[in-house]
Amino acid sequence: MEPGTDSAPALYQKRIPIYTRSVKGPFRRFKTAVLLFGFAVFFLLPWLPWARPDAPSQAVLFDLPGRRFLILGLTVYPQDVIWLALLLFIAAILLFFATALIGRAFCGYFCFQTLWTDCFIWIEHFVQGERPARLRLARQPWNREKLARIGGTHALWVLVSFWTGMTFAAYFAYAPQLVVDFFTGQAAPAAYITVGILTASTYLAAGLMREQVCTYVCPYGRFQSVMYEAQTLAVHYDARRGEGECGRAAAHAGLRTLDERHARGHGDCIDCKLCVQVCPAGIDIRDGLQYKCISCGLCIDACNGIMDSMGFPRGLIRYDSEANLGSPEPARPRLHWRRLKVVGYGVAIVLMSAYLAYSISARSGFEGAVTQVRQPLFVVLSNGDIRNRYQIRVTNKLESPETFSVGIKGLPESALDLGTLREVAVRPGHSAVLQASVILDPETASRTREIEFVITPRSHPNEARIESAGFHYSGQNRN
Amino acid sequence: MSEQNLQSQTVQTTGHAWDGDLQEFNNPLPTWWVYTFYVTIVFSVVYWFIYPSWPIGKGFLTGFSEITYVNKAGETVTSHWNTRALLAKKLNEQTELQKPYFSKVAASDFGQIAKDPELSGFVLSAGKVLFDDNCAPCHQQGGQGKPGFYPNLADDDWLYGGSYDKIHQTLVNGRRGYMPAFGEVLPAGDIDALANYVASLSGIGHDAGKAASGRALFVSQSAACYACHGENAKGRQETGAPNLTDGIWLWANVPGAQKPEDKIAAIRATIAAGLNKGVMPAWGGRLTPEQIKVLTVYVHELGGGT
Repeated sequence: MEPGTDSAPALYQKRIPIYTRSVKGPFRRFKTAVLLFGFAVFFLLPWLPWARPDAPSQAVLFDLPGRRFLILGLTVYPQDVIWLALLLFIAAILLFFATALIGRAFCGYFCFQTLWTDCFIWIEHFVQGERPARLRLARQPWNREKLARIGGTHALWVLVSFWTGMTFAAYFAYAPQLVVDFFTGQAAPAAYITVGILTASTYLAAGLMREQVCTYVCPYGRFQSVMYEAQTLAVHYDARRGEGECGRAAAHAGLRTLDERHARGHGDCIDCKLCVQVCPAGIDIRDGLQYKCISCGLCIDACNGIMDSMGFPRGLIRYDSEANLGSPEPARPRLHWRRLKVVGYGVAIVLMSAYLAYSISARSGFEGAVTQVRQPLFVVLSNGDIRNRYQIRVTNKLESPETFSVGIKGLPESALDLGTLREVAVRPGHSAVLQASVILDPETASRTREIEFVITPRSHPNEARIESAGFHYSGQNRN
Repeated sequence: MSEQNLQSQTVQTTGHAWDGDLQEFNNPLPTWWVYTFYVTIVFSVVYWFIYPSWPIGKGFLTGFSEITYVNKAGETVTSHWNTRALLAKKLNEQTELQKPYFSKVAASDFGQIAKDPELSGFVLSAGKVLFDDNCAPCHQQGGQGKPGFYPNLADDDWLYGGSYDKIHQTLVNGRRGYMPAFGEVLPAGDIDALANYVASLSGIGHDAGKAASGRALFVSQSAACYACHGENAKGRQETGAPNLTDGIWLWANVPGAQKPEDKIAAIRATIAAGLNKGVMPAWGGRLTPEQIKVLTVYVHELGGGT
């Protein structure tokens, strides 16, 4: 803000409530479709049955006490955390990719803040009516009708929030049992705390805070600007067409056709303010690209509707790029994907997705980890031989018990001492630890830097895997 | 007028003016902050009623919350809520969780424990904690010992035997290593000869002539080394006398010396001064039988053997 030009802004601006007008159009239809699909998946998935031999028959269940994540036909163990890392990486790059190409598409159509806010606005609309009715209701003094409508809205919000929290918790416990336990006071304290926190935060974020979450809380909303380029498509108001030489003007008599307007130097914008009224972020898109815009496209729907009724061409507000709008002869907006950033993100997504798919399809039925016992690093035995000790942890990721045996590669079998436990039987989803010693004569020991252990599951001998660990010896301590 | 004065007309001031036009802005705290602050005050008042809080004279406000736990004497005690009682309660809970494992350990013999993957897994983790708490101060982490002070438990050389039963016996009753100081009874030449002989047993560079007379002294009645270390100097586990023919040294820091003459000097010093410090305390009364059993298996797992 320029100093001295205006009254200084107060440090804490009071939020101006936003009463959005509903709108029809392709963007609204797309948003509704995404909302319905997303809600259907989120709310129904915990209730999808899935037959399992040794676990609750729930299609998606994050079994935290059992240290396993049951996702349809796949059982994921904590050892597979790399998949989660890959998934998060792919999600992040996908976000950057989409932003570089078509701006904040995630914010406008897919973000759960947007989805739940949309749902809550729909409830508000359902109970209190269209924007003018809601404005009237907000202004009128408190009476029975206002109390019923406002109270009803909040009650429905709390209900949706509660069921959102309940559904989230249902991913972590057998859903039908959890719901029964929850209402009979039998559920775990964690369930009540989770549901409580999520009910409160959903109600707060989607009901009360709404666009303030995007403006003040969300970090992505703030750093998205660095991902924009001049070629990035975003929701833009065509100021040149809309303002003309003498600015926008209402469609009074004598300003109703394009010819009349252009003759008087006015642009195509008839200043109906519908684009402002439908905006869930409460901004005026005609002020240009701004950080509060979540790129939901509702103003495009609203403006196109007005343009149609006026008989003007569509697209006064449209998806376009800054470069195109700024050029002397704007072309039709199109996707500019041949850019280093976009192609780079695209390649990263393809590579990472391929690796994730490969990693999941090629995963083996067990996990073997060999750690050298480093206290002491090595022991000199009475005959001068050198002993290193190892702990071999074997995790069975199959659905059935399995017996594992351990050998070494490249050295005589006699060098490996497994003590009393030569083989170990492991229950599904569990681990066992074997103690192994490798004993080498000083000559071999000083040449050996690494020991390769071969872990073989008895019923799948061809799946044997090699895990290596270091071998330590420093000849200094020999006598 | 300056810009500041323009601003001061729109931002609330405290109402004072100093030196004519010096004013102070009044920027109140954010509403949410103020209310959060009030909530913390209410929280603290509620806290006083539930938990111990204010000191009063020699005592304190105990709060209405209570805790029931079993104290060390085995009595069930109910007192006002306090963290010491909570700790006792949690410790009891964890002890209860360990109980089935310890009773299984008590019911099994050593071989069975080592063969059962789950039980040996428990013994390894519980044994490590017990070892680190009770044994590691002398025997060091991982039982690697300390030359000149405490024997290495991770190697295959055992002064008193490395079988389960011998280790168990050592743990329960303790040990006391002793070797007389031969410097008081033998002339320096004899001790030098003995040192050369002992060095020859481990292949350390030595004087062959001295070693031969040392050998004769070793088995003679005057030095009588063989009485403890055995005729072949292989040691005797009943007395804890070490095997002198292997590469393991506890008291004489032979591996630490570089030149053969230094190594022989270290052996000579040990023979001359003797030893009266190889003391291991008895753990029989300090640890429970189950704990000693767990430690026995753990220590056997470190070095193993006989």
